[in-house]
Amino acid sequence: MTDLLDIRNLSIRFKGKRTVHAINDVSLSMKQGETLALLGESGSGKSVTLKALLGLLPPKRTEIKGAVHVNGTDVLSLSGKALQRYRGGEVSMVFQEPALALDPVYTVGHQIAEAVMRHKGLSKADAMSIALDMLDRVRIPSANRRLHNYPHELSGGMRQRVMIALALACRPRLLLADEPTTALDATVQVQILLLLRELQKEFGMGVIFVTHDIGVAVEISERVAVMYAGQIVEEGTTREIIRDGRHPYTQGLLAANLHDVARGERLTAIPGAPPALETRPEACSFAPRCPYAVAACRADLPPVICPSERRRVACLRAEAPMAAE
Amino acid sequence: MALMETTPDTLSAEPVPAAKPQGYWAGVAARLVRDPLTMLCAGMILALILAAIFAPWLGLADPYKGSMIARLKPLGTEGHPLGTDEQGRDMLARLIYGGRLTLFIGLMPVVTAFFLGSALGIVAGYVGGLTNTVIMRTVDVFFAFPSVLLAIAISGALGAGIVNSLVSLTIVFIPPITRVAEAVTSGVRALDYIDAARATGASAWTVIRVHVIGNVLSPIFVYATSLTSVCMILAAGLSFLGIGVRPPEPEWGLMLNTLRSAIYVNPWLSALPGVMIFVTSLCLNLLSDGLRSAMNVRD
Repeated sequence: MTDLLDIRNLSIRFKGKRTVHAINDVSLSMKQGETLALLGESGSGKSVTLKALLGLLPPKRTEIKGAVHVNGTDVLSLSGKALQRYRGGEVSMVFQEPALALDPVYTVGHQIAEAVMRHKGLSKADAMSIALDMLDRVRIPSANRRLHNYPHELSGGMRQRVMIALALACRPRLLLADEPTTALDATVQVQILLLLRELQKEFGMGVIFVTHDIGVAVEISERVAVMYAGQIVEEGTTREIIRDGRHPYTQGLLAANLHDVARGERLTAIPGAPPALETRPEACSFAPRCPYAVAACRADLPPVICPSERRRVACLRAEAPMAAE
Repeated sequence: MALMETTPDTLSAEPVPAAKPQGYWAGVAARLVRDPLTMLCAGMILALILAAIFAPWLGLADPYKGSMIARLKPLGTEGHPLGTDEQGRDMLARLIYGGRLTLFIGLMPVVTAFFLGSALGIVAGYVGGLTNTVIMRTVDVFFAFPSVLLAIAISGALGAGIVNSLVSLTIVFIPPITRVAEAVTSGVRALDYIDAARATGASAWTVIRVHVIGNVLSPIFVYATSLTSVCMILAAGLSFLGIGVRPPEPEWGLMLNTLRSAIYVNPWLSALPGVMIFVTSLCLNLLSDGLRSAMNVRD
């Protein structure tokens, strides 16, 4: 079976008044039905990667190198009708802010039905019954009444459920979730996470879950890829990353949490700020903030070390497990 | 994992509003009905339009037939409830017949400009780049002139007449509508649901037709209704200056001009066309305010 997702040496550059090297030489693969969390802080290139997967980046200002294959389809070469069939059919996306991602002037049922009609060529009535079924599947109570509601009549959690129903209506093989729980409050976050996990099992699709919350990543995914400054610095199963994070950035992220912190003590944080991405990285991007950095780190790009199968760390010192702090 | 298993959905406790499937326009209508001032204005405008349309069947005097002996009769004269003008023509008939031309010239340019300006603005806002620059800078040229001056200049260049004043007023109102349409469209284009629509495989045409137009039309529409009163005043102004409707056609602006000389003889009479213009444009303004608040559901 072909891999669900295969990204090879993807580099994305935004041209304009100032050039931004948003993604630098990213490679990533996923098997069918896998759940991958893409973990990283703001501006590390998570969302850009997702948009590239859907071909949503503005073509005029973007320079894309490398290859992206989804189920064997070369995504970057798609255009016109084929691209429209691929978007929403093969891959679809749940956005961060459900209040903004639903069109305020149409009922939610209409919006789901519209996507179904577009892909399956069904009549409006059939599409509406699929929309109703989808609202049921995302556990929206009294779905047939909600079908005729406008987005502003629903709560945040409901809207995100609708967004998920919309994304899944055409049974995509790969679901991209761009921080789907960030805009929601804590109790609703848990419900949405559980829902996504159940739906993933039910539909057997692959999910890429973008988040900056390591707790969320652990909860939902089998595998984790950590991004920093447009690169994947570490990749492995969730257990490997949590138990044995090798990259100093991953270790910093894991250390920087609120648990077991005594009152009045300063919180653990990674010193410094992420680099500006105006030039192509020539050395390890994390070196300026890294407590273990040596001269070699600043001289050249770090080697990618694979301690075991499907596990990668982009760090010079990853070979020998580092003494924790 | 230590997380709770699927808990009974707490969302189900949320009360469901009764009598739901209610469309957007039904909601707007319901809010309008509850607004007495707007309803009053809408009623006035409707009455004026109906009176203008059905003027020949209202049993009025002939608005063109003058009388040398019955000139400038005051209000309340037997047979002429609103008096007669400087040529002895019945004022009531002329005011009602005058509504035909005045309202037509006052509303038509805005309607035409609404379609043309929206199309230009939506294209400029959605396509962006060079297209936007060309359209918007061209439109900006028109902002260099005050609207009255522009209307007079274009009308003057085209010559007097109803069609020419329609054309000149349309040209005057395209730029402001285009500008509003462009601003709203470029705002909408940056929103997530446009990306979301594209992410579910909508073509550029579907995105514009369904998601852009659906969201920008109501603000443009509300803005356009606020222009109708200005347009009516401008139209009357053109006629007043003699470059719009030509005598003996009854038209409020023109009547104001011809009755101007009678202001010392019979001031109330000469104020009547002005009162009509004032009341109509006031009603149009209040109506557009009411529409705006009724259509704004996202507060």
